[in-house]
Amino acid sequence: MSQLWIAVIAVVAAPFVGGFLSGIDRRVTARLQGRYGPPIVQPFYDFFKLLGKGRIATSKTQFIWIISYLVFMIACLLFLVLQQDILLLVFLLGFAGISFVLAGFSTKSPYSHFGANRELLQILSYEPILLLFALGVYSQTGSFMISDILASEAPLLASIWPIFIALLVVLTIKMRKSPFDIATSHHGHQELVKGIMTEISGPYYALVTLTEWYELVLLLGIVALFWANPLWIGILIALAAFVLELFVDNINARMTGGWMVRFSWAVGLVLCIVTLTYWWIMKGVF
Amino acid sequence: MGIIQKSQVKSPWIMHFCNSSCNGCDIEVLASLTPLYDVERFGIVNMGNPKHADVLVVTGPVNYRTARVLKNLYDQIPDPKMVIAVGACASTGGVFHNCYNILGGVDKVLPVDVYVPGCAARPEAIIDGVVLALQKLSKAVGVAK
Ligand code: SF4
Repeated sequence: MSQLWIAVIAVVAAPFVGGFLSGIDRRVTARLQGRYGPPIVQPFYDFFKLLGKGRIATSKTQFIWIISYLVFMIACLLFLVLQQDILLLVFLLGFAGISFVLAGFSTKSPYSHFGANRELLQILSYEPILLLFALGVYSQTGSFMISDILASEAPLLASIWPIFIALLVVLTIKMRKSPFDIATSHHGHQELVKGIMTEISGPYYALVTLTEWYELVLLLGIVALFWANPLWIGILIALAAFVLELFVDNINARMTGGWMVRFSWAVGLVLCIVTLTYWWIMKGVF
Repeated sequence: MGIIQKSQVKSPWIMHFCNSSCNGCDIEVLASLTPLYDVERFGIVNMGNPKHADVLVVTGPVNYRTARVLKNLYDQIPDPKMVIAVGACASTGGVFHNCYNILGGVDKVLPVDVYVPGCAARPEAIIDGVVLALQKLSKAVGVAK
């Protein structure tokens, strides 16, 4: 029963937290650019406005894929808060990403197709790192269950900190921040019209925004796992990572897709593999 | 007063289209998006995509070629939408009035909500125009102040 309540609370509260964080994001970004910035609740205004806009759907299947993007993302969040298997969480996150790509491909617009191709490149960049992150968790706790991470005394950050750095790269990619905002971007930045979002308008755009809020909370939750005991230190680390992303966003220019794959593989994958090899030699865990 | 109606007034995303202006007004439109005027305070964000826009900001007189493009863009904006004609040219044809290729102001093609005067229109006037359009919108959706 209590599990059910945790799930309900997480599903209801996550959009508020995510929307609030993206409001802070816009405010901090504005301050960094020497502007005053919109009110903190601006993302909620945008969200409700989009819900009230007229529907212009250029393809019927697009709606289904956007819904499945949302549903898979909520499922991922449930896996996290109910302390389930982190490996399955990574796979579900992959499904969610693919649903969004298919939403981009289900219209005829070439801009949307370009965006979807670039989204695929993004998945190619971050998915291996997430998989190796799950293996890194296994090397420390001896299981893939998030409940075991929360139960273990030693923080993951102390033992597998290079994977933490790799995960920060994943966070930048998933939050669509510069230099990796190549599939689409936020705050009215433009990229090939609007990349994968080009044909997604009105209420559908609102659904994607909602999904992104869930995603933000989910990713910060995963980052918080690095210091699971006590969890409030982990949450502070996650918030610090969030603020760091905002700085990274504002001091970088957008890079190309190929550069993103090369960078995330050369830095992220190498960091992960070196860490895993180290623990393999030290502990012989696998 | 529903939350959706309130939000519609709080979050106007603009799209800027240049008909055949001399570019003077375009530069002023972009100037109003700079940190000096910072229209994002009012939730105004510049969009490059008509499907995400709420307010169409048009500069310059309509000519025979851009009329079709302008109509197309207007049709792609989901309801509710607003049109703001920025500058003397967009309002009436301005200095291009009676040229062989010019139809006239934007209202020859689209229903214009707000006319912003000036050649070139000042950024303050453009922001005023957007605020005026929002007041009109809030009357239309029933959240008038
Ligand atoms: S109103 Fe003046 S500045 Fe604006 S487009 Fe016309 S001629 Fe140029």
